[in-house]
Amino acid sequence: MKSAHRKAIIGKIIVYILLIVIAAIMITPFLWMFSAAIKSDREVFKMNPFVFIPEVPKWSNYVDIWTKIPFAKFVENTFFLTIVVTILQLVTSSFAAYSFSKLEFRHRNGLFLAYIATIAMPWQVYMVPQFILMRKMGLNDKLLAIICLQAFSAFGVFLMKQFYEGIPNDLCEAARIDGMSEYKIYSTIMLPLSKPALATLIIFTFVNTWNDYLGPLIYLKTQEKKTIQLGLKMFISQYSSDYGLIMAGSMLSLIPVLIVFLCFQNYFVEGVASTGLKG
Amino acid sequence: MIETSKSVQIEELQSALEETIARARSEQNDRVKKKLIQQISRYNSSIDKLRNGRKISRQTKRDLIAYSFIAPNFIGFCVFTLIPIVFAFALAFMKWDGSNPISFEGFNNFKRLSGDTFFKAALKNTIIYCIGTVPLTMIASLALAIILNQKVIGRGIFRTLAFFPYVASLVAITSVWKLLFHPSKGPINNILYTIFHVSQENLPQWFSGGLCVVSMILFSVWKYMGYYMVIYLAGLQSIPGELYEAASLDGAGTWDQFKYITWPQLSSTTFFVVVMLTINCFKIYDVAVMLAGGGSGELTVSATVLVYYIYQKAFIDWDLGYSSAVAMVLFLMVLIVTIIQFRGQARKEA
Repeated sequence: MKSAHRKAIIGKIIVYILLIVIAAIMITPFLWMFSAAIKSDREVFKMNPFVFIPEVPKWSNYVDIWTKIPFAKFVENTFFLTIVVTILQLVTSSFAAYSFSKLEFRHRNGLFLAYIATIAMPWQVYMVPQFILMRKMGLNDKLLAIICLQAFSAFGVFLMKQFYEGIPNDLCEAARIDGMSEYKIYSTIMLPLSKPALATLIIFTFVNTWNDYLGPLIYLKTQEKKTIQLGLKMFISQYSSDYGLIMAGSMLSLIPVLIVFLCFQNYFVEGVASTGLKG
Repeated sequence: MIETSKSVQIEELQSALEETIARARSEQNDRVKKKLIQQISRYNSSIDKLRNGRKISRQTKRDLIAYSFIAPNFIGFCVFTLIPIVFAFALAFMKWDGSNPISFEGFNNFKRLSGDTFFKAALKNTIIYCIGTVPLTMIASLALAIILNQKVIGRGIFRTLAFFPYVASLVAITSVWKLLFHPSKGPINNILYTIFHVSQENLPQWFSGGLCVVSMILFSVWKYMGYYMVIYLAGLQSIPGELYEAASLDGAGTWDQFKYITWPQLSSTTFFVVVMLTINCFKIYDVAVMLAGGGSGELTVSATVLVYYIYQKAFIDWDLGYSSAVAMVLFLMVLIVTIIQFRGQARKEA
């Protein structure tokens, strides 16, 4: 009995050591980023001794980044895109998903098949014809192009549909007997019930749009239209040795995602798990 | 005269409707209930018809309501996804620079691919990257999930930490990685030099030559393992605890429990993780460009990947047909993996 007990304790210790090592690997780059963001370019790589916070922290890096490049404009563009795309995605996907999961109508399966058929199709395969099409529509170099690109994904419809299917049909049918219109059922019954799915979709869409690089790279050409990711990359290639400034800009670009993620993370984990198992 | 008979008819229907509604409310059997509800809607539509002599049938009205829900998403989806996809298939057999007239090329684009060394390098690198990233990420995320599935203090914090690289923007974290792994000044090489006494000329050049792909693999494992860990965690939590209790009563050790319970019980999760990972690896672009790209993001033969070549051929050389042919190769690889997934699932269910 005693040896078993000892074994359990040793096991626990090993688990904790592993956890700490993994946590260190995960977080070191972020800590290093934070530290380098307040150092001068000469201090960034100084190793012996390594200081986490320099004697004279160069907080001015966080100020200078706003004047070296039009960082405020980039932030504004990215916020605008992310918020519009997220709202559109939420509204249109939950709308369509309600219809696919709770209504019976002609051509339902056929229409849904169109969504299914594209789920395994990487965007990179059709990004070129999509660009040609958008250029024809006069959307080249317009923020609207990114909105059109991101807002109508099949993924959102799938996620919401999967969730709605878990809500009993009786609820809707009882409401129908009471004479409620479908729009009313959607807005007063389904929408409030689907908060976890909506939260998951918010984070997925927010993170994707905020961090997207290739989409904006293809469409947004003028400086004033660029997003944070493009602007940051541009800054890195222009001032490749201004390490402190690069790190400060990177830190700033992480903050909104960090906030959204921490707010909704429990839903997110749930959402990932559920899309994962059924996917 | 006609008016009165109509109102009598309506009244009759109305009372029948109310009776059916009452029955539907108290009915427990689902199938009967459904029938009653259909009945109700039939009554409703006949009443409607009598009242205002409407031509639109109940069914059409229902269809229209359903379509109104779908339309906002479906129209956008059609225009910006379905049409471009059809266009992409056609374009692979064409020659077009985006402004001059299109000409039909047949299989010429694909013939050109077979002699294109840059394309072959891109394909090779993409596949090597997949072969490296998929098993490593899978093992790392499974190990992490198993550890985090134990009762440990601060589980939530560790989970958040492991997940954060996944949501963090690529530009920001690749820029840190480039500094950490900086060939002459970075802390990683500094440690190799001062602690492991690797000589100056043998220090790894992480972002050039053959090591490019290795750096990409290491980075991807670090960035994406948190995501797959969450999927594995869900899988682990669905394994019934009695299995482990029975095993430990029989004296099975930790390794045996993993080998005979955890691993087989997780097989469908593992399958899903591997397929998702493989598809995502094929799509790699920004990791390569950020880690190994030059000032304006250009990639050399040793670091090029398929999506980079699609981008380059289309938006730099404006050789749209050829670019689409490369895209078809990407599609084909993803399709093969997806078919394998469906086969595997079907076999499981059978």
